[in-house]
Formats: sequence, structure tokens, C-alpha cells
Amino acid sequence: MAVVLDIVSWGLLALGSFMLMTGGLGLIRLPDVFSRMHAAGIIDTLGASAIMAGLMFQAGLSIVTVKLGLIIIFIMFTGPTATHALARAAGQGGAAPQLDKPEKKNKKRQEEGKASSKT
Amino acid sequence: MLHAVSLGLVLFGLWLMLSGYFVGLLLGLGVASVAVIVWVAHRMDVIDHEGHPIHLTVRAFLYWPWLIREIVMANIHVARVILSREMPINPSVFKTRSTQKTELGQVVYANSITLTPGTVSIEVDKDIITVHALTRETADDLRSGEMDRRVTSMEAHPDSHDPLVQTTKGPVQ
Repeated sequence: MAVVLDIVSWGLLALGSFMLMTGGLGLIRLPDVFSRMHAAGIIDTLGASAIMAGLMFQAGLSIVTVKLGLIIIFIMFTGPTATHALARAAGQGGAAPQLDKPEKKNKKRQEEGKASSKT
Repeated sequence: MLHAVSLGLVLFGLWLMLSGYFVGLLLGLGVASVAVIVWVAHRMDVIDHEGHPIHLTVRAFLYWPWLIREIVMANIHVARVILSREMPINPSVFKTRSTQKTELGQVVYANSITLTPGTVSIEVDKDIITVHALTRETADDLRSGEMDRRVTSMEAHPDSHDPLVQTTKGPVQ
């Protein structure tokens, strides 16, 4: 039984770490502030939750588990609020999101794609 | 009154869970701090259906499993986009209508949009939410309106004969 718990726990921890790294990579790769928020969203949601859940399996049925659960809940409530504040601040500060207009900007997008793949 | 009692119970439960000590002195301190906080919150006029939405409790637990599933799916989608070599993103900004009747419902909807990776709510103006979407799939997902529908059915009016519910700043109970 303990082995099963350990496997589940480490699986979740590995998943969480993978998601955190993916989010970090996204923060670097994505082109502008608005699209980078989506990468931060990965870290906020599945990354943090999977790590907390993995730690909960390590802690077993104790008060620590409850506290880890509370951390998840607080992140889930405060994370979107912070992201929304950031998005608004970026918008008010004049950051225009890079948009993709499929009908006429196809060529430009390819150029952008080339430029970003070079950097 | 019901909201104040419920807030007190929730706060005391939080105190117990965070302290983990069940001795007289600490329990007494907990009761004292909970009482002070409930009193301050009462004076600030924030104990109402909006600040402490107990009427949502049951339906929230029905909504969360769906939301969690949606978040996991969106996570996988966005992670694949980021990790793929050519990174096929189509960022778009669009406005979507929210059909919730209370401000609380709108907050839940906007937060759910942001919580799902791939869509971020940039601005909320009355019943129009401006959304930034990373890829076409995430935008279409949101446009299908299923999340909106589910949040609306979750917030459904607690007791519509209660005039407090309609106004955002009713008198304190």
C-alpha cells in the first residue's frame, strides 16, 4: 500500500515539475506579455496543484494535508485575480497584444515566426 | 445573521486546521480573534451574500469537478502548443457576453476563464467580458458558451424573493 502511495505521489510530483518547466519555457518562448500569461497559467494551475497533491500523498492523513489543500484553494482564488490585474495593468499601460489576423496577415505571421525562431 | 454565524464557523475551522493545537488557551484565543474579525467585517458591511456566498456551497461543489476537468484539458493543450517545435499560436482578443445575473456570478465566470490556461479575461464591463485567447481551439472552446451556461446555472438566484439579492449593496442583515 505504501508503495502504491509513493508511486502516485511521485507521479504527481513529476507531472507538476514537468508542468512548471513547460510553463517556464513558455514564458521565454511566447512572444508578448499577454500570451506569456497563459504560460504562467499553466504554472498556477496544474503545476502548483499537482505538486501540492503529490506532497499530500507524502503527508498522509494529517493536518499537513489539510494545509496543503488550503494552499491549493488559496492559489486557485488569488491566481486569476492577480492575472486579471496584470492583464488590465498591461492594457492600461499601452501594451497591445500581438494579434493574429488569419485572412490578411498570413505572410506577416510567417515572417514573425521566422524572426522569433531566430531569436 | 446566518452569514455572520457561518463566517465565524468557517474562520474557526480555519484556525483549528492551521494551528493543530487543541488546548484551552489557544482555542480561547481562536474564539476571541474570530469574534473580533466577524465584528470588524460586520462594521465594514461585507458580510452578505456576496462576501460570504453560502448559498453557492452545494452547487459550487457540482461546478468544480467540471472546472477541474476543463483546466486539466486546457493545460495539456497549452503545454503541447508550447512544447511543439513551431509553436502554432493564434492570439486573438474578442468580447463575449456573460449571462450571469449577479456580480458574484460574473466574477466566478471571469475567474474561471482566467483559471483555464489559454484564455485570460482582460476586462469586465457590465455583461461584456474581453478575453485574450492563445490559440483558436481555446477561443472556440470559450465561444461555445458551455462555461457561461454552467456558471449561470450555478449562481442561480439563492432566493429570488429576497430583495437583498438583486441589489449589490443591500442593508446589512
